[in-house]
Amino acid sequence: MHYESTERKPLILGDKSYHQITEDVVRPIETAAPRAWWIAFSIALVMFLWGVGSLAYTVATGIGVWGLNKTVGWAWDITNFVWWVGIGHAGTLISAVLLLFRQRWRMAINRSAEAMTIFSVIQAGLFPLFHMGRVWLAYWVFPIPNQYGSLWVNFNSPLLWDVFAISTYLTVSVVFWYVGLIPDFAMVRDRAINPVQKHIYKILSFGWGGKAKAWQRFEEVSLVLAGLATPLVLSVHTIVSMDFATSVIPGWHTTIFPPYFVAGAIFSGFAMVQTLLLIVRKVFKMEDYITIQHIEMMNIVIMVTGSIVGVAYITELFIAWYSGVEYEQYAFLNRATGPYWWAYWSMMTCNVFSPQLMWSKKLRTNLVFTFVISIVVNIGMWFERFVIIVTSLHRDYLPSSWSMFSPSFVEVGIFVGTIGFFFTLFLLYARTFPVIAQAELKTILKTSGEAQKKLHNDHGAHH
Amino acid sequence: MAHTTESVPLVRAMYHDDDVLISAVKQIRAAGFKISEVYTPFPVHGLDKAMGLKESRIAVAAFMYGLFGLTVAVTLTWYMMISDWPQNIGGKPNINWAMNMPAFVPILFEMTVFFAAHLMVWTYLVINGLYPGADAKNPDPRTTDDYFMVELPAAEGLIEALQKSGAVEIAEA
Repeated sequence: MHYESTERKPLILGDKSYHQITEDVVRPIETAAPRAWWIAFSIALVMFLWGVGSLAYTVATGIGVWGLNKTVGWAWDITNFVWWVGIGHAGTLISAVLLLFRQRWRMAINRSAEAMTIFSVIQAGLFPLFHMGRVWLAYWVFPIPNQYGSLWVNFNSPLLWDVFAISTYLTVSVVFWYVGLIPDFAMVRDRAINPVQKHIYKILSFGWGGKAKAWQRFEEVSLVLAGLATPLVLSVHTIVSMDFATSVIPGWHTTIFPPYFVAGAIFSGFAMVQTLLLIVRKVFKMEDYITIQHIEMMNIVIMVTGSIVGVAYITELFIAWYSGVEYEQYAFLNRATGPYWWAYWSMMTCNVFSPQLMWSKKLRTNLVFTFVISIVVNIGMWFERFVIIVTSLHRDYLPSSWSMFSPSFVEVGIFVGTIGFFFTLFLLYARTFPVIAQAELKTILKTSGEAQKKLHNDHGAHH
Repeated sequence: MAHTTESVPLVRAMYHDDDVLISAVKQIRAAGFKISEVYTPFPVHGLDKAMGLKESRIAVAAFMYGLFGLTVAVTLTWYMMISDWPQNIGGKPNINWAMNMPAFVPILFEMTVFFAAHLMVWTYLVINGLYPGADAKNPDPRTTDDYFMVELPAAEGLIEALQKSGAVEIAEA
């Protein structure tokens, strides 16, 4: 039997048994939804429907209903795409990278973080899809034989790399998530009394029985998937950044983009995990599983990645000056002092300044403060993408082409709609899926449970 | 693991603790009884060794699938960009595949991961007999909660051995 140092804080509070974990995880599924859930769900659904309407209007009329113009041909849609993809990075990072690093605190949060990843990548995918204009021809991005020759897709283009990266990332995240869900669905199935519920979970659990050989394969598959997903998650935002970095726009054409984008993605993703989990632990009374220790760990990740992002911003400024290229210098001067100065300084305040407050242990273990910062960080990261995209484009090489961008109500509607869609999916997930990977969590109960640790320590003291 | 064709009645012993289970499995095997299956609610570390299970080869399969994905990606990029319809895009050299290869690295990587991950998971589902709507493979629903079940063919002296090993319930199926 393996025991953990007494110095390590327990990851499961209280005196839990295996059965108690089952009960606690399954409670949101087996009990009726609280009123707060219905209110949140209704709001999310209305937002989602507004987005559906805005998309329908866009498809029926054309991209002209957005605020784009000849100079700023990419704006909110790509900003939102990058923002959502970035948020989607935390889930796989938590479940894959932290698995490889054997960080046990991931077990209470990986299920929800992966759910968040999948739901946010779905939102991200909508933007390039609809920006194509003729969305019914979206399958043209795949290398399918066609009547033009065949005229193939261009494998030299970062936009096509993106198609492959996002599709791979979404589908691999889904199977990674589902492989972990199968045993937990089986647990729900085996307890279900309602025949309809039992039947649904029977279908979802794929007949899982927890045989020893199946568990052995389960662990091997999880490990290999983690090994595959780790470089995958880093590749996705690297490739997203190449959409910009391989072009010749001042402010985009920089080699720092891949690591800088990846750090920003982890930063915003952890912030979104934090926002969601603070609500989940409160509403579903999971404070014993998602402890202050978990919150603090995530805050430290936010602080570190926020600092990396800050260093990247400063490096960008330095290199713009040091390069001696006047267009590059102007692009950065214009960001800070031009007509979009407010976006730049919002970004700086939210992303560089606010995470530094996490150096204080008192603040990073404070739930209200954490919640506020988690939202501030995501506002900041949205502004980062807006600053990179719009301020770099709106001052073209020819001053006669200079222009400004402001979104139309349709673009705002689509963005709000994706937020609604995201929360609709997440709220449905929170009521029907085991939100904590209970099978995995049970494996650490004896080593990291509060009562179990205490018992072992007291027992150990007698020898 | 198909059941043996000879109809020896099965004995099912329930345990309520994973450490007891591990020592029980060791004891039972040391006493010369053959364990046909163990059902647990979570992966119990060391159980596969205690039962004498062979190591899983699924990682090797994943590696093969990855190589296959890489081959598909090489073939795809070569055929479409070099052989079937070469185009001068952004002045990138397309005389042969090797010269154009740096631009294909992301595609090569993504398809390697795509094939390795998906085919491995398909393999995992097939060899474990997992598919939507399959009947539950555990005979007792408590084994997905907090009970651990050892299933073995009936033999002389088995019940006593199981009782001694710490089983909380013993039933003949």
